Amino acid sequence: MSQTDADVPSTDGLSTDGQTEALPEATVLFAGDSGDGMQLTGSQFTLATAHAESDLATLPDYPAEIRAPAGTTYGISGFQVHFGSGNVRTPGDSVDLLVAMNPAAVKVHLGRVERGGTVLINTDAFNDRGFKLADLDADPREDGTLEGYRVVEVELSKLTREALADTDLSTKAVDRSKNMFALGLALWLFSRPTAPALEWIGEKFADKPEVREANRHVLKKGYHYGETTEQFATRYDVAPAGLEAGTYRTIRGAEALALGLVAASDQSGLDLFYGSYPITPASDILHELSRHKNFGVMTFQAEDEIAAAGSALGASFGGQLGVCATSGPGLALKTETIGLATMTELPMVILDVQRGGPSTGLPTKTEQGDLFQALYGRNGDAPLPVIAPDGPADCFRAAYEACRIATTYMTPVILLADVYLANGSEPWKLPQAADLPPFEVDFATEPNANGHAGENDENSGAHADGTKNGEAAFLPYRRSTETLARPWARPGTPGLEHRVGGLEKEAGTGDVSYDPANHQHMTDVRAEKIQRVARDLEPPAVYSGAGEEAEGGDLLITAWGSARGAVEEAVDRLRSRGHAASGLTLRHLWPLPPGLEKIFARFERHLVPEQNNGQLVRLLRDEFLRDFRPLGKVQGQPFTPGEIVEEAEAMVA
Amino acid sequence: MPDDEQNETTPDGTKRPTLPPGYGDDGGDEAPSGEATPEGTKKPAAPSASSGDAGTKKPTLPPGFGGDGAGGDGSAEGEPVLSRKDFQSDQDVRWCPGCGDYAILSAVQRLLPDLDAEKAEHVFVSGIGCAGRFPYYVDAYGMHTIHGRAPAIATGLKASRPELKVWVVTGDGDALSIGGNHLIHALRRNVDMQILLFNNEIYGLTKGQYSPTSEQGKVTKSSPYGSIDAPFNPVRVALGADASFIARTMDRDPQHMKAVMEASYDHPGAAFVEIYQNCNIFNDGAFFEFTEKETKPERALFLEDGQPMTFAESAKGLRLDGLSLEVVDLSTRRWSVDDCLVHDASDEMLAELLGRIFWDDPDADGNAQTLPRPFGVIYQEERPTYGDLLHTQIEGVTEKKGAGDLDALLHEGDTWTVGEEQG
Repeated sequence: MSQTDADVPSTDGLSTDGQTEALPEATVLFAGDSGDGMQLTGSQFTLATAHAESDLATLPDYPAEIRAPAGTTYGISGFQVHFGSGNVRTPGDSVDLLVAMNPAAVKVHLGRVERGGTVLINTDAFNDRGFKLADLDADPREDGTLEGYRVVEVELSKLTREALADTDLSTKAVDRSKNMFALGLALWLFSRPTAPALEWIGEKFADKPEVREANRHVLKKGYHYGETTEQFATRYDVAPAGLEAGTYRTIRGAEALALGLVAASDQSGLDLFYGSYPITPASDILHELSRHKNFGVMTFQAEDEIAAAGSALGASFGGQLGVCATSGPGLALKTETIGLATMTELPMVILDVQRGGPSTGLPTKTEQGDLFQALYGRNGDAPLPVIAPDGPADCFRAAYEACRIATTYMTPVILLADVYLANGSEPWKLPQAADLPPFEVDFATEPNANGHAGENDENSGAHADGTKNGEAAFLPYRRSTETLARPWARPGTPGLEHRVGGLEKEAGTGDVSYDPANHQHMTDVRAEKIQRVARDLEPPAVYSGAGEEAEGGDLLITAWGSARGAVEEAVDRLRSRGHAASGLTLRHLWPLPPGLEKIFARFERHLVPEQNNGQLVRLLRDEFLRDFRPLGKVQGQPFTPGEIVEEAEAMVA
Repeated sequence: MPDDEQNETTPDGTKRPTLPPGYGDDGGDEAPSGEATPEGTKKPAAPSASSGDAGTKKPTLPPGFGGDGAGGDGSAEGEPVLSRKDFQSDQDVRWCPGCGDYAILSAVQRLLPDLDAEKAEHVFVSGIGCAGRFPYYVDAYGMHTIHGRAPAIATGLKASRPELKVWVVTGDGDALSIGGNHLIHALRRNVDMQILLFNNEIYGLTKGQYSPTSEQGKVTKSSPYGSIDAPFNPVRVALGADASFIARTMDRDPQHMKAVMEASYDHPGAAFVEIYQNCNIFNDGAFFEFTEKETKPERALFLEDGQPMTFAESAKGLRLDGLSLEVVDLSTRRWSVDDCLVHDASDEMLAELLGRIFWDDPDADGNAQTLPRPFGVIYQEERPTYGDLLHTQIEGVTEKKGAGDLDALLHEGDTWTVGEEQG
């Protein structure tokens, strides 16, 4: 992208400037009131960073309240960006620059800032009122709180008002653009380009020229302020990350999930029916999908979570791609419908964007607490595939994969994302539609029992000759010998009229059956069918440093889903300190991928960090009878690599 | 094993035991010949081979005939004409002997051949309860789902497959208790489907607890001292949910039932049909005052569009007095049929009045009176269906934005290029 604004200097070539220090990586945290526009500021800084070709990871962190009282600690909204010239896997252990719009932001987030790090404060909010709102007894600048940090005081409100002295905008509107001043300043400090944000403002306020110009002007003023003020001894730059060649965009997990579903619909030829009831943090998927009606996407905002699941299952019975998404409490409500999908053996995809639980829990904070619910949360024996994407961009692949598994094996599939994945973003190398895995769906078109013994009669129960009452018929529970999936016949297909339902079905015919042996057989076959999903999976790769896979070692850190970044960064640090540690992040929680027994046997000790009080660790102990040590964290925040390193070192010491 | 038993019966026979007169029989062609065993297990008798559906059968056309599309009898071009038997599945019907459900099943199976859809286009979706077993007995597509959720599941099916003919089969507990939420939302959205609510005012499958339509004071297994719950009047629930079609019928009047069901099928939108259904085991006779010939004339008002509201063999009528309904005696000179209300199913206010005939509302002077319960199509309006709106919107967006291009979508927004293409 070319620089669009002549009076803002290009950032190209600044690294040779004597005042600019090259950093391998940096972490910036913008924090302020939920009305201060911190999410927007953070995402614009992220965009600029992406354009500067850094690798990056973000952590938006906002309160459950929409507009909590201004100035209070519980109203603080934060956006953390970690970027670097190397592989960036997490939003960062510690913050190098905290932009604090008020005293409450300092109080809440100072603990994350590296000693010696920079705290940029909006001094206009550092007054008695601000301290009182933040429940501070004294000015943190004076009581020693900020000792050991580099404090940069900027009169953000005042400077913004001065910059916009000539506009007709209201004072309120003027004050609201102070985040653009902070953004401009942060862009200058880290030598990030201003063009992406200026362009974005141009589009966002295309209809409001005055607001548009005000915001652009304030952003530029912030940038210039960095140059002219002498508060910054040094300016920083982070070199491009050397990402693989290709076209990229930054993607949030929620968007990636939605796009993965659209891609699955597009490639399979099935129309996507998305049943959804608003719930934080899954609603973003509904918002995204509702924009894509020109892909034939049907979004249905249901009356409740149960109807959201039910409508999706109804669409699946109709031969469409039935999908729903929710978070933990909603998954609980969908349980019975998922059981019905298991019994009727219909494809269905349930996305669970996990949040802190139980009950309403921490609606905007991340957790991996729903693994047990996904694996076991149904009455009867009802195993189903569970997939967990391991990064925001991987959400695309995982959603696509979930749809393929669901239709190939005629089963509900649960995808476990979480707040961290859904809201976090990272650069995504864009796939081409043509390169996506093939996605074909075979609908039954004619009777599958013609009076001759079929190849799959072992699964046809009492009707060993493969017929129904001796006549050519459609047997809805006559399975594929390969996948054990039953045929999918779309209503409307003449001659294949059949009934499904929640009552146990006789093998083959699908008639209601209370026969004891049949129930045993069907329960076993349903479980075996899910196990067969593993046939399509590759043994997972063990991470022993970039591109490495160790033969074995002292310690294997096994995690799942969104913990991948923290695990791999922890492995890097452990290895740099001489420990023979490796990491393994599972994307498939059920069935487990092949080859795990052999992998686990190569390592002396096992640590299982997860954002719950020990769920995967129990699954692993159950399946492999090894001494897996749990490391649980349920604080609403993702693991930092440091936390894993600390525990790992205690184990191998 | 039940299925062996089942295979011994005539595959196309309606398997049902002795029924009381009037049950499940609109043509007199199937005089019950089986006998219920003392234990109440089914021992069905096959209908006589000569029994036919003379009343409903369409003229048989030679194959390929009618290729000009002017057949007009609703059958698909060149398709063999279907009969009731074509909609009977090979499953044993397992309702209790004497259950009103048999008559409803029979009415549906007699109606389906008359409709302008292929057999494979019909889908029956049910919830849990005795009524929930219905789809297993109809040889069409079917889904026996979970308690109360049938309208939600059917909504997803119909919205995503608008060409299908979707029927929801439910009961009073299923639709009005555990599934009340789904029912009202399907009605307000006007999802194009027929909702057949079998109201027997009892929980039958769980062996006799009071239901959301049971009258106050009802003594059941779960209310030995009488139920203290006020009952729902299903018709008013539907009115409150802005249903676009509301009708009431009864299991003991197969002709009326079939006609009402046909009207519900013809209605574009959510059609709510309450069917008074006798549970002879746990709530026998709940509706006999409306359904039995001794009391039916006095207690049932059969509505017909454009016709005056008269009953008791035209000896009585219903008139409007102020904002109250009043029964008038047409056998005296004081009132004539001209004084009676004329039914107009499109009249919302009239529907409100008719919907109120459930409680014993006094007349305008405050005198106690018992009004006859209305049967037939109480209300009907045409408005866009959920499916129409959904697909019109999709088409409109597609027209405006062009059909979706996945590569373009993936590359949407702010992208940048690393490597050789940079510049």
